[in-house]
Amino acid sequence: MLHIVNKSPFEKNSLQSCLSCAKEGSTILLIEDGVYGVLKNSAVSDAITGAMKGMTICALEADVKARGIADKVIDGVKLVDYNGFVDLTCDNEKLQSWL
Amino acid sequence: MKFTIQVSEGPYTHQASDSAYQFTRAALEKGHEIFRVFFYHDGVNNATRLTTPPQDDRNVVNRWSELAAEHNLDMVVCVAAAQRRGIADADEAKRNGKDADNLAPGFRISGLGQLIEGAIQSERLVVFGD
Repeated sequence: MLHIVNKSPFEKNSLQSCLSCAKEGSTILLIEDGVYGVLKNSAVSDAITGAMKGMTICALEADVKARGIADKVIDGVKLVDYNGFVDLTCDNEKLQSWL
Repeated sequence: MKFTIQVSEGPYTHQASDSAYQFTRAALEKGHEIFRVFFYHDGVNNATRLTTPPQDDRNVVNRWSELAAEHNLDMVVCVAAAQRRGIADADEAKRNGKDADNLAPGFRISGLGQLIEGAIQSERLVVFGD
């Protein structure tokens, strides 16, 4: 299953809600302000690192670069472009946007 | 693969419409089919042809219209959401006694059933909003 989160974890709790519901084997894609979730050494970075044990964490590269945080991304987070975003929606039968 | 895209946020407020557009374009370029793009809630504001952004900014509305023309997209605007926000085609304007209409080319006004049909007929429903 693919979870799409587009809110900053420092503004809304949608990332936390997503992490509490997502099952092992899921993929979480962070887009728009959601990409702030993959910042190193933040209040949520431990939650992301923990989730990476059982899930794949991705972030939309264009949105990461637009916010100037490309060199501060947690190791192991997979950066994808829009083609990669489309591929993720094809590879996962179920999608959930955490609006 | 067959997609329906839902856009629930207007242009220039949050990034949802831009993300939806970029996703739709990428999907089309990869050879996927877009069964329908459904504009719901504040997303109906993507369908006003009166939008006039500064010349050095992207024109979100025209961009959707151009993509629809290029790929023969079915872009549907929710009628109830549109009426609330003053989005009308010529028929809707006449029916509601308004003196003007503003629906941009490539969009059509219809009901929520079109979203449900899109979800049923497509293999994936991708939701963009705020």
